[in-house]
Amino acid sequence: MKKNWWKILGTILVLYSTIAGLILGVPHLDILNETIRNLYFHVPMWFSMVTLFSISVFYSIKSLNSRSEIDDLKAVESVNAGIVFGVLGLVTGAVWAKYTWGQFWSFDPKQNFAAISILLYFAYIVLRNAVDEEQKRAKISAIYNIFAFPMMVVLLFVLPRLQSSLHPGNGGNPGFNSYDLDSRMRMVFYPACLGWIIIGYWIYTIRFRTRILENKQL
Amino acid sequence: MKKLTITFMFLIATFNLFAQNNSVEMADVLRSNGKIYVVVAVILIILIGLLIYLFAIDKRLKMLEKKSKGKN
Repeated sequence: MKKNWWKILGTILVLYSTIAGLILGVPHLDILNETIRNLYFHVPMWFSMVTLFSISVFYSIKSLNSRSEIDDLKAVESVNAGIVFGVLGLVTGAVWAKYTWGQFWSFDPKQNFAAISILLYFAYIVLRNAVDEEQKRAKISAIYNIFAFPMMVVLLFVLPRLQSSLHPGNGGNPGFNSYDLDSRMRMVFYPACLGWIIIGYWIYTIRFRTRILENKQL
Repeated sequence: MKKLTITFMFLIATFNLFAQNNSVEMADVLRSNGKIYVVVAVILIILIGLLIYLFAIDKRLKMLEKKSKGKN
């Protein structure tokens, strides 16, 4: 139980942010109306994804140094968990866009680049499965991952800012600062992000441990 | 007296500002008749269920890990 404190913390934070996010007051804004509450659920998905991909690139670099299979497996499994959060972020973003921008997919720069950055990581998985030899697979996929990570960061956080985009924080639009300035929202938004990041990390550890067990059985 | 009147006038002006802010349509009906809590309850049930499931998976995995440690 003592070792599991962070899992309980993540659970509590996520539950708190869900209750508070649905019930507590939010600023009254045009067009957004109640959908502003999506900030507590849609954005943490992306933060969890970025955290998991950062863990992955860390272990990729480490595996190039150490040549250990465990580091390689950690890199893969955190990408696997991160992709789930990325897809959830894309889908929730599309639903939100339908009711605020008018369409599920309006080919907004942010949406396009987010989709491309997920595809980059699909390519990582495909690349891994294409190479049979284990040592080679670890090396090639680690190098690919080291290139994919900065590209993902640029696609998500730099390029959309240079174009006009409907997404907050891009192309002259204010960031979530305009909503975030409201201290009521901060009280929910930050715990929500931390909670979902912890849950994401937890899912990654479960995937990793399962993989280790699978390898032992073989 | 004059000062008081001016203060009141300014106060009323600020009330007006607040009223404008409230004209944005929110889920006031859902909240006023308490039905928002139904939504919160349903989402909570799903979330708690999934989180308990996650704990269960974790526990099961721990057991398997212990077993495989004994073997090797």
